Amino acid sequence: MDFATAIATTVAAVLTLCIFSFLYKDNPFYKFTEHLVVGVSAGYWVSILYVNVAIPNIWQKLLAGKWWYLIPAFLGVLMWTRIVKRWAWISRYPLAFYLGIATGVAIPLEMQTKVLEQIFGTVQSFVALHNSQTDFWAGINTVVVVIGIITSLVYFFFSKEHKGATGGIAKVGIWTLMIGFGASFGYTVMARISLLIERVQFLIDDWLLKLFS
Amino acid sequence: MKRQFPLIIIFSCGLFMVVQYFVPHEKSEFFYEFIALDWPPIIGVFALMLGVISLTRVSITRIRRKTEAWRYSIVTLIGLFVMSAFGVIGHHYPPLSTAFDWSFNNIMIPISATMFSLLAFFIASAAYRAFRARSVLASILLVAAIIVMMRFFPLGPLTSVVGKTSDWILNVPNLAAKRAILIGVGLGIVSTAMKVVLGIERSYLGKD
Repeated sequence: MDFATAIATTVAAVLTLCIFSFLYKDNPFYKFTEHLVVGVSAGYWVSILYVNVAIPNIWQKLLAGKWWYLIPAFLGVLMWTRIVKRWAWISRYPLAFYLGIATGVAIPLEMQTKVLEQIFGTVQSFVALHNSQTDFWAGINTVVVVIGIITSLVYFFFSKEHKGATGGIAKVGIWTLMIGFGASFGYTVMARISLLIERVQFLIDDWLLKLFS
Repeated sequence: MKRQFPLIIIFSCGLFMVVQYFVPHEKSEFFYEFIALDWPPIIGVFALMLGVISLTRVSITRIRRKTEAWRYSIVTLIGLFVMSAFGVIGHHYPPLSTAFDWSFNNIMIPISATMFSLLAFFIASAAYRAFRARSVLASILLVAAIIVMMRFFPLGPLTSVVGKTSDWILNVPNLAAKRAILIGVGLGIVSTAMKVVLGIERSYLGKD
């Protein structure tokens, strides 16, 4: 391992250990690293937006004679009026423009992707075909999915009290939801464990063993 | 002027973008690309700068007043300005971009990855508390979670059975739950967006 790599790996390893020290209790090493990552992350996004948005979308457009790109830049500058309390109300204009565009785009788009497409995906023939032959279990699974979705939606419907038949249907819905949450929980645990294994491997294989070999 | 004009802007922009979606004309697509794709990120850059200014002000105030743990605010400010300088100046002066990449690979990535990996311990503690609840719903959740986790384990002759059960949980009941949640989220977003466009939801305007 050359000297530059050794320094870089040691910095990364020390910072990793500082974060792990939180498992014992909150301490100055953890606090130092926590504050460092807040600053570095903010600086990272400043750089990324400068290179990927400010340069191509403002500077290069203006150089190309597209002066109308000054309008969103001017609206953006108006956002800064929030700093001065007396003028803070002016920042509502760019905010209103931004929200208006975002909500206007979201209404048909969310309806299409999150609602209609999901319903289209659900409403399928119960007779499933696999290699031109009827697949019995695939058909059963389709029925289970339909029942699961309907009962889960009934659980989310709070305008009617969950009693009697509605309560029974809602109960099946919450069971379905719990299985879904359990699957997500299992996946999240495995992802975090993988990250933990990777960090420990980094400390042992990439840092300790290479540094002292 | 202070409250009515923003409401007019939001209603006009919102209505325009909704109508635009249903007009299959190249001019309509041009407006979509121009106003919805190009302009908001530009405003976003300035909004991010507002966040940076706010972070700097808060940190400087803490340092000046010497509040509790004020020394860490110096670390935040150094991280912020050094990383910004590496990235912004490095774009025009390539040797500095190496420093940007170095900081990203050896400071930001290790800290972020370790912070996420720490969650493994907190999730384990949450699972323990859920076990102690001893309710039917908590049991269903944990059984599903354990089966999904066990699909990655070598279990000898049981590997295939656990793998198939796990796949079934992920592809059938999990799909039903996720779809129901997605439909609910979609309807929630649409109704909230409509409340904003129609001026029923005004909390973003602030108080005065």
